[in-house]
Amino acid sequence: MRSLGIFWVFAKLGFQNEAAYRANFWVQIFESLLNVGTALSAVAVIFARTDTIAGWRAPELISLLGVYFVVYGAIQVVISPSLTKFMEDVRSGALDFTLTKPADAQLLVSMSEVRVWKLVDLALGLAILASGLSRISAEVGVWEALGFGVALVAGAVTVYSFWMVLATCAFWFVRLENLLMIFWNVYQAGRWPVDVYPRWLRWTLTGLVPVALAVTVPAEALAGRLSAANLGLACAVALALAIGSRWFWKIGLRHYSGASA
Amino acid sequence: MNRFTRQLYAAFLRVAIAIELQYRASSVIWLLGIVIEPVIYLAVWSAAAQAQGGEIGGFGPREFAAYYLVLTLVNQITQGWHMWEFQYRVQQGQFAFLLLRPVHPIHGDLAENLAHKVVMQVALLPMLGALAFVFEPRFAVEPWALALFLPALALAFALRFVVEWTLALACFWTTRIMAVNQTYFAVLFFLSGRVAPVALLPSGVQWAADALPFRWMISFPVELALGRLSPAQVATGFAAQAVWIGVASLLLTAIWPRALRRFSAVGT
Repeated sequence: MRSLGIFWVFAKLGFQNEAAYRANFWVQIFESLLNVGTALSAVAVIFARTDTIAGWRAPELISLLGVYFVVYGAIQVVISPSLTKFMEDVRSGALDFTLTKPADAQLLVSMSEVRVWKLVDLALGLAILASGLSRISAEVGVWEALGFGVALVAGAVTVYSFWMVLATCAFWFVRLENLLMIFWNVYQAGRWPVDVYPRWLRWTLTGLVPVALAVTVPAEALAGRLSAANLGLACAVALALAIGSRWFWKIGLRHYSGASA
Repeated sequence: MNRFTRQLYAAFLRVAIAIELQYRASSVIWLLGIVIEPVIYLAVWSAAAQAQGGEIGGFGPREFAAYYLVLTLVNQITQGWHMWEFQYRVQQGQFAFLLLRPVHPIHGDLAENLAHKVVMQVALLPMLGALAFVFEPRFAVEPWALALFLPALALAFALRFVVEWTLALACFWTTRIMAVNQTYFAVLFFLSGRVAPVALLPSGVQWAADALPFRWMISFPVELALGRLSPAQVATGFAAQAVWIGVASLLLTAIWPRALRRFSAVGT
């Protein structure tokens, strides 16, 4: 409850900061629409020539794109800006101020910067997801919906923990922009179901960046092709990564010596 | 080429290569970004071809592999980054230093670009070799078409370089250059053969690809190398490249003096 309150404060602060630059909102809408339009048009170009790829039909693939943009939006709204700021704070020593605050430091650094205009991506993702779902709604039952919810939460936890591990590396290494660039480069592969890729690439994609768990698995749940075993596996990975990243964070924090000390 | 230009480029290239070698890690990551997109669309189209019983419009998985591997090379060789870099140059006043030099800044950029391309082949070619091993491309090679590949590639590079350098000048007028850039890259993505071989695009989009410069920046040398064009189509392609290079160069020479007049450096 208390962490929700803290998040609300940061969100309000983020809104106040960005409300000063209202033109950015329109630019953001333009850029997001362009991004989403490009992705949908690519699907249209390919489905003009085929009716399935790797067993996925067009509405299922549109739902997958919806999940992709929802997760993308969530990363862009809070995870990426907060953890990027955290990495700079480690370098500049401003992390000292965070550590003196009477709340869990991992919690604080994970939500300290909220970019409200980026909610546009999340909203567009939800709209695409809804339009894809409306065409297969007859096939989505209670179990599929429930599986989707669980898989989406597991995917979100996985992505967050993965970013947390990357960010924690900032305690030892100074230049991490390159690592983040690898993440974004590989993440775009998630616009398509990972079944499309050859086996070696699928494993590299899953191992290097958990894009399969974040995007494909929830979309599979909606399309009714996710087995209970795979859902369990996704949850297990999420849990393991969450515990692992927490442990890694504590080691990193012990390593941090502060700016002035 | 006179002696001054030769010495100028020799000096620029030396510096640029030294810088390239200094930042190896970032270059390799930049390369990953170049390779991953064609690999994604290669995989997607191969899956689509399999779903359609083996081939789509004359492309099977192995033809798609050949297409996208050559496209990766052509895209890497023709690409530039000035549309991203110009905004930093203007915002941080770096242009002031570039303008102090007694030559047009486009020469330094061109040399830097060429140096990057030369150095990066050391990493890109093995990467393409490994991908070829995995995806087993099938090439239908026509000797005459292959001989024309290099000139087509050089013209494609020139065209893309001049167009992007000219568009980058927009940052002298607006600070929201990202929106301009993203629009350009979205159009390029669809019309240059990257989302699909131009022959597989819907007919309206194909028409746009023929009429605009984008196809001639990337797709044309690829189609040529794979022997997918008739001699008449090849002649049209070279003509289109020449015309567009002419148009873009005229625009560049017209806009550059105006951009300079807009520029007022912040003292540093």
